[in-house]
Amino acid sequence: MTTATAKAEWRIDALAIFIIMALGVFYTLWGAAHATDRAFAVQMWTAFAAFMAGGGLLTYVIARGKGASETPSKYENGVIKAGVFASMFWGIAGFLVGVVIALQLAFPNIFYFPDYGWTNFGRLRPLHTSAVIFAFGGNVLLATSFYVVQRTCRARLAGGLWPWFVFWGYNFFIVLAGTGYLLGVTAGREYAEPPWYADIWLTLVWVVYLLVFLGTIWKRQEKHIYVANWFYLAFIVTVAMLHIVNNIAIPVSLAGWFSYSLFSGVQDALTQWWYAHNAVGFFLTAGFLGIMYYFIPKRADRPVYSYRLSIIHFWALIFLYIWAGPHHLHYTALPQWAQTLGMTFSIMLWMPSWGGMINGLMTLSGAWDKLRTDPVLRMLVVSVAFYGMSTFEGPVMSIRAVNSLSHYTDWTIGHVHSGALGWVGFVSFGALYCLVPWLWKRKQLHSNALVEWHFWLSTIGIVLYITSMWVAGVMQGLMWRAYNEFGFLEYSFVESVEAMHPYYIIRAAGGALFLIGAFVMAYNLWRTATASEPRHERALDVPAAAVTAE
Amino acid sequence: MADKRERDHISGTETTGHEWDGVKELDTPLPRWWLYIFYATIVISIVYWVLMPAWPLANGFTRGMLNWSDRANVAADVQFLRDARAPLFRRLADASVSDIAADPDLQQFARAAGASVFGDNCRTCHGAGGAGAPGFPVLADDVWIWGGTMADIEQTLRVGIRASHPETRMSAMPAFGRDGLLSAREIGDVTEYVVSISSARQRLEPNMAAAARGAVVYAAQCGICHGPSGAGDRTQGAPSLNDDIWLYGGSREEIRTQIELGRGGVMPSWEARLDAGTLRALAYYVHDLGGGEPDAPPPTPEASPTSPTAATSPTR
Repeated sequence: MTTATAKAEWRIDALAIFIIMALGVFYTLWGAAHATDRAFAVQMWTAFAAFMAGGGLLTYVIARGKGASETPSKYENGVIKAGVFASMFWGIAGFLVGVVIALQLAFPNIFYFPDYGWTNFGRLRPLHTSAVIFAFGGNVLLATSFYVVQRTCRARLAGGLWPWFVFWGYNFFIVLAGTGYLLGVTAGREYAEPPWYADIWLTLVWVVYLLVFLGTIWKRQEKHIYVANWFYLAFIVTVAMLHIVNNIAIPVSLAGWFSYSLFSGVQDALTQWWYAHNAVGFFLTAGFLGIMYYFIPKRADRPVYSYRLSIIHFWALIFLYIWAGPHHLHYTALPQWAQTLGMTFSIMLWMPSWGGMINGLMTLSGAWDKLRTDPVLRMLVVSVAFYGMSTFEGPVMSIRAVNSLSHYTDWTIGHVHSGALGWVGFVSFGALYCLVPWLWKRKQLHSNALVEWHFWLSTIGIVLYITSMWVAGVMQGLMWRAYNEFGFLEYSFVESVEAMHPYYIIRAAGGALFLIGAFVMAYNLWRTATASEPRHERALDVPAAAVTAE
Repeated sequence: MADKRERDHISGTETTGHEWDGVKELDTPLPRWWLYIFYATIVISIVYWVLMPAWPLANGFTRGMLNWSDRANVAADVQFLRDARAPLFRRLADASVSDIAADPDLQQFARAAGASVFGDNCRTCHGAGGAGAPGFPVLADDVWIWGGTMADIEQTLRVGIRASHPETRMSAMPAFGRDGLLSAREIGDVTEYVVSISSARQRLEPNMAAAARGAVVYAAQCGICHGPSGAGDRTQGAPSLNDDIWLYGGSREEIRTQIELGRGGVMPSWEARLDAGTLRALAYYVHDLGGGEPDAPPPTPEASPTSPTAATSPTR
């Protein structure tokens, strides 16, 4: 590729992004002027500021001639660094809100501020879930996928400025959604609360993400596509499908945030849980398995345990996961046959899920001694152990008889957090601990001792969290189903709430430990990135084009 | 790249010959236990599909060999419970306090039913055991705003207070301060007077000069409902001011605030939500919390020689 065509290519990118920014500016100004309510006006002004800033940033980049020096002989690292930074920022923000709402549940009289509606649990809860899943998890996935796809394809990231559009566009989506929640703007769909205009924006960003990823795979210099990339691709494609179908809605006005879902009644509920369960399956499982498949063998310096297992468990996981959503609607208006399918496909999903665990853990064979000295590798391995635990617990909870006890209780919350804190959290932390020295060209992390601190603080936090929620959940389930001799409920609902008090305190303490651990991590990464030691180049960390050019 | 199979020294397994950024893959076969458990879960699922409702068809769905239906089972369970309780609920609907007290089975049933309904509907506001909360009357003491016989309590439950029921119990205290009906000074005076006629006078030591001025205001504004001496009037739902029990708090400031604002809470009408037997059980439960008053007029043995109480009385 000559310099001239490279220049022309990214100029087309820049032009297209300029047009998108301009359209955004026009629409948001119109929306702010005609807003049917205050919250929408605030959202539009926020978006207006973002589009103006985006256009300004683009102008600055072009004026400074950045991007013109793009060369296929170097990997694109800048956008990954930005993703690492955003991951850490949103991680801490999301964990912090989590601790706040845990305290609200434990001490509802103290952490209740009726004069400040935006602090209400109902608004902070989606802020927490979106911040940890989509802001923290999403940025980790963006950063790692851009890193891994370049290295395993030995090609520079495709699309010139588009990866940066994906990064800023995605984070703008998060800001728009998060500030909207605080204003009371919500689509009222769990894990899909952003309003319709944010959904449309995310769709655009996500399609660009897919094209960047596919474009990089397209120009790969390796014959085969590495397994991590299969998982990343499955994650990107399926999340696009889930997001679009679940969020089909008719806005009441183009100048207001409220919209009606296309679906209604039990079909709406099933669409919602089909989405939410597969958000777990493809966002929080497939995507993070992509991380696991690159960072564990890389860090352990061992070959992946079984190529065949990775193929079989990948396709089995993809095929089976998509059916399992109805297990969220056991014993509801959903027809029983759909519940049966949801349950049985969840049971069949057990081994395909464990395929990833086996491949992760067994890759360590021959390198187990490294766990003693390398806390980062230990974090990655413990994440796989938590993954195995929660992917066993999930099928168990999907069994209708078990679900009749566990459903609507805190057991579900405990299950989610063993997966979220243990699996998603730890595998992300492990990957970030790997990435920062690699990206900022450091020989090693600032401090391994601080990683040890982070590891133990977080592990104890997770154990406190999930054990307290197990006890609380089983207790709730048993209290709700206890009948006296005349067939009347033995306990009122309020009594079951009162019984939760000590467990909610333990849960808040566990969450606080996890949050403190994240602060320790952020400090450690900051010191690593800003260290004054000489640059440490890793061998062969260049695209194939650079090697053939020599 | 190194598209060349090689043997891994540690595991003794061959690699697939692929390599990406230094990452290789072993050509390990599928773990047998993994494969067999996977097959087993598939077999279990197929068996479950054969037995239970499972696959959708053009019309309906496969019903399964067990012909199992959650919906039918739940309906049957609910009907069974309803049938089992029906005789006791029927007896309860016609029973008075003394009838219930005289029949241990019925009493136990009424307490169980009442406790269950109270826990899920009343406890949120009135507290555990009817302990009350500011604005929500204590139900465990013998002070009643609208009457404390079982019939009174049941009527309150049925129609609610300031509720949407057409016969709802209704009272409204004016907001003397907010609506400017009395001056701040007059409210201060009447507060002292109210304290002076209540059992709180030892506790709060009213200013007697102010109370004397307040007595005039009281007679003009308050006495019509709360009574000339402050004894209250249950027919109007006007609480007694002679005791030391205060719905909105018993400090001087709280008493004064209530005169200023004239707050009144809302209790829903339960008639449409609970059936007659359940209402009777709930009324009995509340009556039984500690402060229920006997039915008026109390039944005398002479007046009703055939009453069950009289018949079973050991003195006869």
